[in-house]
Amino acid sequence: MPRRDDLESILVIGSGPIVIGQACEFDYSGTQAIRVLAEEGYRVVLVNSNPATIMTDPEFADATYVEPITPEVVEAVIAKERPDAVLPTLGGQTALNVTAELGRRGAFERLGVELIGASVEAIEAAENREKFARLMEEAGLGTPSGRYCRSVSEAVAAASEVGYPVMVRPSYILGGGGTGTAADREELEQIVAAGIEASPVGEVLVEESVVGWKEFELEVMRDRNDNGVIVCAIENLDPMGVHTGDSITVAPAMTLSDREYQEMRDEALRILRIIGVETGGSNVQFAVDPETGRRIVIEMNPRVSRSSALASKATGFPIAKIAARLAVGYTLDEVANDITGATPASFEPALDYVVVKVPRFDFAKFPNTPPVLGTMMRSVGEAMAIGRTFPEALQKALRSLETGRAGLNADAGEAALQAMSDEELTAAIGVPTPERIFHVGEALRRGMGVDAVARGSMIDPWFVDQMAEIVEERQALEATGPDGADLRRAKRLGFSDRQLAHLWDVDPTDVRTRRRDGGIETTFKTVDTCAAEFEAQTPYFYGTFEEEDEAPAPGNRTVIVLGSGPNRIGQGIEFDYSCVHAAMALADAGYEPVMVNCNPETVSTDYDTSARLYFEPLTDEDVLAVAAAERPVAVIVQLGGQTPLNLTRALDAAGHPIAGTPPDAIDIAEDRERFSALCRELGVPQPPHGTATSLGEAADVADRVGFPVLVRPSYVLGGRAMRVVYTADELDAYLKDLYGAAAGSEVDLNASPVLIDRFLEAAAEVDVDAVFDGHELLVGGIMEHVEEAGVHSGDSACVVPPHGISEEAQKRILGHTADLARGLGVRGLINIQFAVRGDEVFVLEANPRASRTVPFIAKATGVPLARIATRVMMGDTIDALRGDGLVPASRADGFVAVKEAVLPWNRFPAEEGLLGPEMRATGEVMGIAPDFGTAYAKALLGAGHRIPEGGTVFISLSDRDKEYGVDVARRYVDLGFRVLATGGTAEFLAARGIPAAHVDKVGEGPWDPVRLIEEGKIDMVVNTPRGRRARGDGSLIRRAARKAGIPCVTTVQGGGAVARALQAGREGVTTVQSLQARHP
Amino acid sequence: MSERGLLVLADGTVFGGSSVGADGVASGEVVFTTSMTGYQEVVTDPSYAGQIVTMTAPHIGNYGVAGVDDQSAGPACAGFVVRSMSRRDSSWRSEGSFGAWLRERGVVALSDVDTRRLTRHIRSHGAMPAAIGSGVGEAELVEVAASAPSMAGRDLASGVATREPYEVAAAGASVGHVVAVDLGIKRDILRRLSERGLDVTVVPPGTSAADIVAMRPDGVFVSNGPGDPEPLVGPTETVRGLVGEVPVFGICLGHQVLGLALGARTFKLPFGHHGGNHPVRRMSDGVVEITSQNHGFAVDLWSLAGGEPPQRVGVPGAELLPERVETAFGPVVPTHQNLNDGTLEGLRCVDVAAFSVQYHPEAAPGPNDADHLFDRFAGLIGGGG
Ligand SMILES: Nc1ncnc2c1ncn2[C@@H]1O[C@H](COP(=O)(O)OP(=O)(O)O)[C@@H](O)[C@H]1O
Ligand SMILES: Nc1ncnc2c1ncn2[C@@H]1O[C@H](COP(=O)(O)OP(=O)(O)O)[C@@H](O)[C@H]1O
Ligand SMILES: [Mg+2]
Ligand SMILES: [Mg+2]
Repeated sequence: MPRRDDLESILVIGSGPIVIGQACEFDYSGTQAIRVLAEEGYRVVLVNSNPATIMTDPEFADATYVEPITPEVVEAVIAKERPDAVLPTLGGQTALNVTAELGRRGAFERLGVELIGASVEAIEAAENREKFARLMEEAGLGTPSGRYCRSVSEAVAAASEVGYPVMVRPSYILGGGGTGTAADREELEQIVAAGIEASPVGEVLVEESVVGWKEFELEVMRDRNDNGVIVCAIENLDPMGVHTGDSITVAPAMTLSDREYQEMRDEALRILRIIGVETGGSNVQFAVDPETGRRIVIEMNPRVSRSSALASKATGFPIAKIAARLAVGYTLDEVANDITGATPASFEPALDYVVVKVPRFDFAKFPNTPPVLGTMMRSVGEAMAIGRTFPEALQKALRSLETGRAGLNADAGEAALQAMSDEELTAAIGVPTPERIFHVGEALRRGMGVDAVARGSMIDPWFVDQMAEIVEERQALEATGPDGADLRRAKRLGFSDRQLAHLWDVDPTDVRTRRRDGGIETTFKTVDTCAAEFEAQTPYFYGTFEEEDEAPAPGNRTVIVLGSGPNRIGQGIEFDYSCVHAAMALADAGYEPVMVNCNPETVSTDYDTSARLYFEPLTDEDVLAVAAAERPVAVIVQLGGQTPLNLTRALDAAGHPIAGTPPDAIDIAEDRERFSALCRELGVPQPPHGTATSLGEAADVADRVGFPVLVRPSYVLGGRAMRVVYTADELDAYLKDLYGAAAGSEVDLNASPVLIDRFLEAAAEVDVDAVFDGHELLVGGIMEHVEEAGVHSGDSACVVPPHGISEEAQKRILGHTADLARGLGVRGLINIQFAVRGDEVFVLEANPRASRTVPFIAKATGVPLARIATRVMMGDTIDALRGDGLVPASRADGFVAVKEAVLPWNRFPAEEGLLGPEMRATGEVMGIAPDFGTAYAKALLGAGHRIPEGGTVFISLSDRDKEYGVDVARRYVDLGFRVLATGGTAEFLAARGIPAAHVDKVGEGPWDPVRLIEEGKIDMVVNTPRGRRARGDGSLIRRAARKAGIPCVTTVQGGGAVARALQAGREGVTTVQSLQARHP
Repeated sequence: MSERGLLVLADGTVFGGSSVGADGVASGEVVFTTSMTGYQEVVTDPSYAGQIVTMTAPHIGNYGVAGVDDQSAGPACAGFVVRSMSRRDSSWRSEGSFGAWLRERGVVALSDVDTRRLTRHIRSHGAMPAAIGSGVGEAELVEVAASAPSMAGRDLASGVATREPYEVAAAGASVGHVVAVDLGIKRDILRRLSERGLDVTVVPPGTSAADIVAMRPDGVFVSNGPGDPEPLVGPTETVRGLVGEVPVFGICLGHQVLGLALGARTFKLPFGHHGGNHPVRRMSDGVVEITSQNHGFAVDLWSLAGGEPPQRVGVPGAELLPERVETAFGPVVPTHQNLNDGTLEGLRCVDVAAFSVQYHPEAAPGPNDADHLFDRFAGLIGGGG
């Protein structure tokens, strides 16, 4: 059944902002799908609020709506574009949810559009856990036994039926909140009471807990002819109880016999049929009792998922691409496997390597949350590695994470592990944490034995024994020293040169030389879907240590683009966007782009993006090996965030040309002293600042620059551990805390000196992204932050064009940008953050690289900065590119674009939810409209906020915010809101003629704000933290607001912006326009 | 660490590894299988007789061994090559270590081999004779490899098939009696026949049609087995004598023998089909089954059509097979096609009850997608008699 000709245009729904559990894998899948649909000749319409995605680039879809993914807006887009069909299975849970809601509202019938890929019924059957369990049971498939309960007593009864321990899951809670395991009645009562409270329908599922069982995921595809294939079987190293997204996972499955695997396969295919997934990819999760082999079904997702992206990268089988083809009528056997070019997609990939995925966490940014993993996903990114064996892939994955580790062991990071007592270690292997894998390694090193470690950790003994091989090798290497070592064996077990150097106390380059002398060099193997049975057409490589090297002979137009590694807070999809653009720009200019990256979620690691893809860790050793094989004419290090910048020195030293901005300029920008000297020379003002290497020095610097100060350790991205400090005592305490010293003892800051800046209060912040070619500066735009300086640029909303920055200040901003670009010697991108007070402008930092805002500014203005920058790096001038029509004029078309950050507070309920200089956002959305208010309203909706249309707003402001707050409060009053305020704020407002009733202190009196929030009497909160440490009432109020799900704005500027959004009115939000219509 | 071992191909290519099986030297045709699970089924599959099997899946031995997975009384292949032999296994089913199992049963096996290089070599140069060994010099292995016989023209089936008839009773109530001509039958075939309520009499390959008819079977099954079908003159003769007399069902080598009995020729594939992921289209309704395969030869239906196969372009389609051919037993139609290379995967006689498939519906190892073929056979027996 070939292509459906009865369809002409198809709406694809994206997944919106990057949040934990739903990240850039959906950009990958959406981009693939859109490409395919366009190739098939359909008109493609896209809705996605996330500007950082490749899929929202105007050249992909025919009409791209960067608009909030709400039922109203999607309906408005459908009404405007009148597509024939909607494809909802490529935009994660967001797209499924909005589709289900539109289905309920009858929108599809009303507008005469067909759903393809999944029906509303199939979505319902898979998503509704109760219905799902019933269907499984009817088909004789095992599920955890359990029952839905609406009271504690019901739950107690259910638990005794099922048997302790039990798993409790509140119904209709996003992201597994309120989930927990109860070992006894007491625990159960507690969890259930909280769960019923948390559930919007007052219901919890009490089910058999299978914590400790083995967890598997099967990626399945089915077509309309009922052909089904399993693309990949993934085994979780962390057993049941740790969310698969937070587990280390391995492909293919390692510990299933053929009979068990085939039964699981049969069941997965049956489940797709039962649920009614007609075409496309799905994911089915199973748990297996390691003692008996009993198997139960955990869940199925009737759509492309995070694990489908992983499975696609792990196998070379492009699930999303094929899912899109199946959705428009093709069957699997009608689609060619583009890796072989000669065989159909109706087959199951055979792997001759092992893939390991390791999640990346950012718990350090959430200090009130213990880093214990559970059924609620909290990882913010992942790294994948490919090796010929599990030990090799595991060690590569661990060093891909960029958390300072060089492998499973044998690096500076193991000192802390070695300091643990045996008891501590034994306890640690029993608790799933991001560090557990290293604890397991250390326990094996101490000789605790594979069985004991396996029992203690519930990790399958096979995996533990494979890790034991690594540990034994490490011990052998230690014993022999460099001269007697079997280097080949060590490399084949995944040991990096850095690990060997650490063990032998030599430099990694010595290890490299020794290897080269012994002829032990990286060989590259191809990912070909078929274990070499057929010839591969698509060059997708990984490095290992074997006899045969499959890397092609180097060309003479090769340019390596270094990607940004695993997503983390501060470095995410935005950087992948720039890397992908570089690959496209290079190909257009006749170069052969070669991508190196290790993030399976991204578009950059799609084998279609570049001429060749190397799925490798972004470390000196691995990248140099690729460079040695490819012999590039240039290496692009500017686009992948901080990660490639850290590799510049090694590449430069090995003689590989760095594209654009020279390595030394990068060093100047990163080195505080050198950068300050440059600013002085150029006359660019900086906030007063200094660097300290001891506590005493820190106190002196702080005195000199004047409190408040902003303190941070050097060399961090994303503002980690950055703090605003108001007094000398606070400074002392913070530093001791940060550098881990017991009170009293001397703290050594030498390893990472601390940077101290005068904190500029009440300053506006702006971001500038620009390209400089040595002569001309092309400014992408000046983005004015909504929140003031002190809220990390990644967490602040921002707006273009700026509206609160004076002409004079703007002039200075542009002047300083040009001076710094020239002064640094930038060839390519530069991003600068300025603080602005009146006409005064201070530079906060300059990054000679792509920034987080490059995609946003490109979408706001229509100027493809990353592409232009790539050409400039390769030696073209902006003027020449303009001549070629590659630099469209940025037009002031009267539209306002707002970017809003999306924060992960719902995954970290113990946190306060305050914004500060340390970035915590995981993603962003964009709103575009003719006025700021509407644009901001769109951004808020896109970010998932509910904005009340009226009711009561509760305002509580710190003293310094009160003045500004008057105007904000007045706006709410004008909108018809009733204003409640804390004592001081109410008084201040009342004195300025604003009717504001005051509430009591928390826990005192009838007007307790927390109680009012809980009772639903307050619809919105504007609360700015008071003074130094935000404790007390404020934090209780903010937490109550978050729990009640009402909007809580923590900056006065944000409060004002929301008011303006409300003023703009609701209708504006559903007035939609495509990017293509704006920038034809 | 274990002793160093070598694999030497007839063309002189050498692969190093470490010995993880029995000591000694073995020779055979080196092939690869892409099955990712089921190493024990592979090693005990009689169809691998005379072959050194390379697993492309890197980790082997992970879940140990279990008696129920054996496809015959013991190892059948000549040697075994892997990338990484697990030193520890883990499974609730495991009855022991696979490495120890190999050693105890005298299988020469290598680990730590660059099996991908080996696979690519076989892919581009074809399956070829080779020698494997540990504790011997390269020169000796080169010699052994050079003198190792090729698969073509050898009757390997007699070596692995039963010499005496034996019975396998139906599981549950019997619905019929089947005679299985053993050319190297896998136990899972017998299991699946028995599960369908069939009493099975397994007979040696040399059993004549008359002797079989004398057993008054309701159907005859022709089994899988190793190597080249052409030298199997006796079995071919037997099958020719049975087609039209009783319902006949053949699998793999049995399919090839049926093809020969119908008058077709067979040919050697460059490196065979060995794996668990081969897409096969059922030509009646277009549905694709993912199949388990293990064969080095195939039936050439064009030899009966008196025509030439057309040139292949892109993904193979039905045009690569003749629509229908005439034989002494009436018309024969292709029923299944391999979508990787377009070769014949199944055939059916139109006028008489005889059909066969090139792949393995009994799986073991591999997917169960084609299990229904056993139902079809049982149905023919129940329905026709
Ligand atoms: N009955 C159970 N017992 C123990 N752990 C469970 C149980 N059900 C689910 N889990 C764990 O919780 C995780 C999340 O559950 P899942 O149903 O997959 O929800 P999600 O939609 O968040 O992926 C699983 O990956 C698994 O590790
Ligand atoms: N001197 C300062 N005064 C006020 N706010 C500042 C100052 N320096 C930095 N900030 C705030 O801290 C945030 C992070 O600082 P920045 O130097 O940009 O670090 P990062 O490298 O993490 O982006 C900025 O976006 C800004 O809001
Ligand atoms: Mg799940
Ligand atoms: Mg910054």
